[in-house]
Parts: sequence; C-alpha cells; structure tokens
Amino acid sequence: MSTRTVAVASSSGLHARPASIFTQAAADSGIDVLIAHGDEDPVDAASILLVMSLGVPSGAEVTLSADGPDADRVLDELVALLATDLDEEP
Amino acid sequence: MKLTGAGVGRGAVIGPVVRIAPAPAAPAHEPVPEDPTSAAADVVAAFDAVAAGLRAQAGSAEGAAVAVLGATAQMAEDRALRKQTLAKVAAGEGPVTALDSVVGGFVEMFTKAGGMLAERVTDLRSVRDRVAAHILGVPAPGVPHLSVPSVVVAQDLAPADTAALDLSLVLAIVTELGGTTSHTAIIAGQRGIPCLVRVAGALELAEGAVVAVDAAAGTLEVDPGPEVAEAFALRADVARRLAEDVSPGATADGMPVNLLANIGTAADAARVAGDACEGVGLFRTEVLFLDRTSAPTREEQAEVYAQVLRSFAGRKVVVRTLDAGADKPLAFATQLDEENPALGVRGYRLVRTAPELLETQLAALADAQRVTGVQPWVMAPMISTPGEARDFAAAARRHGLTTVGVMVEVPAAALRADAILAEVDFVSMGTNDLAQYVMATDRLRGELSDLINLWQPAVLDLVAATAAAGRRAGKPAGVCGESAADPVMAVVLTGLGVTSLSMSAGAVPLVRYAVAQHTLAQAEAVAQAALAADSAEAARAAAIAALVPGVAATLGL
Repeated sequence: MSTRTVAVASSSGLHARPASIFTQAAADSGIDVLIAHGDEDPVDAASILLVMSLGVPSGAEVTLSADGPDADRVLDELVALLATDLDEEP
Repeated sequence: MKLTGAGVGRGAVIGPVVRIAPAPAAPAHEPVPEDPTSAAADVVAAFDAVAAGLRAQAGSAEGAAVAVLGATAQMAEDRALRKQTLAKVAAGEGPVTALDSVVGGFVEMFTKAGGMLAERVTDLRSVRDRVAAHILGVPAPGVPHLSVPSVVVAQDLAPADTAALDLSLVLAIVTELGGTTSHTAIIAGQRGIPCLVRVAGALELAEGAVVAVDAAAGTLEVDPGPEVAEAFALRADVARRLAEDVSPGATADGMPVNLLANIGTAADAARVAGDACEGVGLFRTEVLFLDRTSAPTREEQAEVYAQVLRSFAGRKVVVRTLDAGADKPLAFATQLDEENPALGVRGYRLVRTAPELLETQLAALADAQRVTGVQPWVMAPMISTPGEARDFAAAARRHGLTTVGVMVEVPAAALRADAILAEVDFVSMGTNDLAQYVMATDRLRGELSDLINLWQPAVLDLVAATAAAGRRAGKPAGVCGESAADPVMAVVLTGLGVTSLSMSAGAVPLVRYAVAQHTLAQAEAVAQAALAADSAEAARAAAIAALVPGVAATLGL
C-alpha cells in the first residue's frame, strides 16, 4: 500500500469547491483511494459527502492511501491538487 | 383570506400563484421489494437520472448557478450515498425508506458540524427529493417553467431551485418554511424581490389564484380588491420619490440624526458613496481577513482603507477593527477548540491571543490617514469593561488616531455606559449582538427568532440606557445594527437620544422620511410607547400606533 501525507492548502479547507474538485479527481482516477484526517477512520476519497464530513480545515494534514500499480502516480496527482489553493479561480 | 409570515424587503406586488411541487414522502409502511435485485437497479437508475438532469441544468445555467448545480449533481453521483442505500435495499428495506435513512444520517452529521457543512443540507435534501420522486414515479419536485410574472409558492426553496428560477418573471417568493436569513431570502433581497417566509397555510393556495404579497407588512391576501392595487401603486410611487430626497437626516424640528451606510469593502464604498448617506457608520474590516490563510499585510490594509476614505471625500467614516471569531472564524486567529465561540475569544478579545493583528490594523489605519489627510473614526467590537475601552483608546491614540470609540453589544458595556464613555469619544450599538447576549439566544436559530426580536423591551432598555449615557457625556451614541434599517425603530431610536443610524444604503430613504416626520418630542413619545410595552410584538404595535398620523400608511403598515 502507498501513502502520502499533505497539508490542505485551500483557504476554506476541504469544503465546497475544493472538496468538489478533489473528489471528482479521485473518482476519475479509476482506483480506490482512501483519505484520513486525524484519528478518524479513512473514508472513500471519491465520495464528496464523506470527504466533506471529515471537516478538514485549511492547513490541516490528511493522509491518502491506495493499492495497485497506478497507486503512486494517482496519489502524487491528488497530493499536488491538495497542495494547491482550489478556492482561487483558475 | 389573509396569511401572515416574516417579510424580507419592503416591496408589495400582486400576481398569480405558481406552486412548486412539494417533496414526495416515503410511503407509510413501504413494502419490502419482492425482487431486491431489480429494486437495486431502480435505485441506481434513479440516482443516474437525477445526476444527469442536474448536469444538463448546470450546462445551460449561468454564473453562480453552474457551480451550485454541479456540486448538487456530484451528491447524486456519490458512491457512499449509493452504496449505503443499496446495502439497506439488499437487506430488505423499501427503497425510499432506505434512501431517507441514509440521507438522514448525513443530514444529522452535517447539521452537527455546523458552518459550511450545515449549508449543504438543503442541497442534499433536494437530491433526496428528486431521487425519491423518480423511484416513486411522481413528477419531479422543483421549478416549473414560468411564462408570466408570478408569485412563486413553495414549502422551501433549495439554492438549486432558486438558481433554476427565471428571476425576471418572479414577482415574489412565498415559502412555508425557511428563515429571513436563508439563502433564498438573501438572493431575493439582493434582487429586490419581495419575499415572505414562514407563511403557515401557503401550500394550500390554489395554482393561479391572484394574491397580494406585502413584504413590509408580512401579509398575503387572496383575491385582493382594487383598493389594494391602488395602495401598492401609491407606495411604489412614494418609494421612488423618497429615494430622490438627499437632505441630511434630522427630525422635523431640526435635531440632526446622521444617516450612515454599513459597508464591508472598498467596492461597497465606491458604490454607496454617491447615495444619499452622510458617510459610513460601520466599515466591517473583517471582510478583508475572511477566507485567507494569513492576515493581510499593513501595506495591503492601508491601501484598502485609503480607498474607502477617498470615496467619501471627508465625510464621516467609522472603521470597526477586526470582528472575527464566533460565526466569522479566521484560519489564523480563531481558537478551534472553543465550546462556546459566541462567548469566546472574538472581536477585541483577540488582543489576548493575537495582539499583532490589532497593532498592524491600527498602524495601517494611521498610514491611510496620513496619505489621504482624512481622519477616520475607529472603534473596537466586543468591549465588555471600561478597562478594555481604556486600553483600546490608548492603543489607537498611540498610533495618532484621534476619534476613538467602542461598540456597545455586550450587556455589561450598556449597563456601565457612563464609565465606558469616560474613556472614549463615542459609542456605537450593535443591536444584533446586543439582542443575542441580552436574550441569551443564538442569532442563527430560526425557532428562537421571537426571542431575538430587536423589539424585545429588555433590548430597548439597554439601548435607552446607553443613549442616555451618551447625552450625559455629550458624546455621540449611534446604532449600527439591523434596528437602524427599520423606519419605525429609527423613530424610536431617535426618541431615545441615538445620534446616528447606520444601515444598508438601500434603507436610508425610508428612514430619512420617517425620522423627518417627527419632532424630537414626538419621537420621544413613540419611544416611550414602545418602552412601556411588555412584549416585542406589543412594543412594535405601540410604536406604530404612536407615529404621527399618515406615516404608517406611507410606510405600508
């Protein structure tokens, strides 16, 4: 299993637009990715409802994990997304 | 037939009812599916159809609606929502019953979390309603196509529904649930659409029935007579003419009452500076700080403050220092572990945990004063003691700021207003927070809105005590909360000795009119009538009854 830990850069935390972009990317990756915050159990990173339920504030660290040959590539892409302030319009 | 509710805005219109279909309920004792596999397939098909429909709607929408509809579609596509619902169906639950129980779990979790998550509950419910309608084979709840200007009637309107409405054909919005600060009410307010919320019996109105909606009075009348249409037309005409009056605020016998605007940004300042207000009574600087990971620099703040001071070209501008915490958390200053944030480290109290925020802000204000040559008034929020007022005044004066005041919103400050005023040059009452703390009532709880009513006699008593202290000290005592925007309350406040009223710029014309119709003695009589009442409703009714004849009719009361 591959894992990555990253601080959420978006100024509103993992809510609204940032949560929407992140979960869509996790769903589009085609593999099962888990996301964990604090002591809570990891949840499906492709579920916007579960990800928002984590209530991750700006600057807090989350840990992503996945299995399989594509895991490292997918996790690197998702980490890059979380390290970007997604509240800013592109 | 006449229905009543809480009005948003002051408009009054007449038009035909268009009903928005209510959400389909799960059938009582929904049968266990005979074939769980085909029931599961139906549920997946329903989720897919709803998601596709929302995606299509998002594709043809514009502006903010695109993101709202896209995010709602994503909820309909959500893997966890589907998986949990299907697991319950496989275990033998009826599909809509299963859906309700899963959605209910998320709703509970989101509501408990509060803040931005709680705001998504309406979106989640709207997904639930659409999927349930699809499973049950009933018409989708939601917005019909409007062909003529109409009064939209619904149980409640989700943001996704409001986004789908053609607002140019919406005369008024009437809902059975909701609150005056709900998303729909706010959008309606911004667009100048009269809105009535919490109208019991609204769903029994017949499709196409002609109704008169009066947001100022909070009433809805079915089949109004021609005299109602005439009265509404007269009011619209009066409102147009009042908006042209730009004289300084004063009573009929010439006692000045400053009419000021509340602003949050330099763009607000530029927009309202041309309006008929005499300056700014509340510049909410926290807008600069919200949604950021670090505080704005001294240079960045000074630039914004200078823009605001220049917009008003020497007119009075009262700047409130950072009012963060409680319902306005900051990533870099708020204590995340506060059990009771409204009573925690917020407003001026941040000086205890992050003193550099206030120092930088005062330095930036002094910079803006230097480059513009305009002296701002500066005040601190959430002051509780004369000692805090003294410390803030000393800090502001150290930076060269000359006119220093504090907000009176903590009851302790109102009760000891003489001692507070001995330390500062002026006070400004924040009536929303004052009411929250006097009545021990959360501002955001709709079911407690009667307790937080600004007409509560206990709230009026503390305003009266503060204004009286201002008179004794010969120093200005203003009001910058919601109270000031209500023309009847404005007369009461004038009668209590309040020297300035700060409100959203759009409320100024009617307040100017109401104050100008009364001499100071007449306004004092209106205030006394309100103070003598023993409930919020009685206080407002007594004040309206004591207005100079003709004023209530012009105000549409």
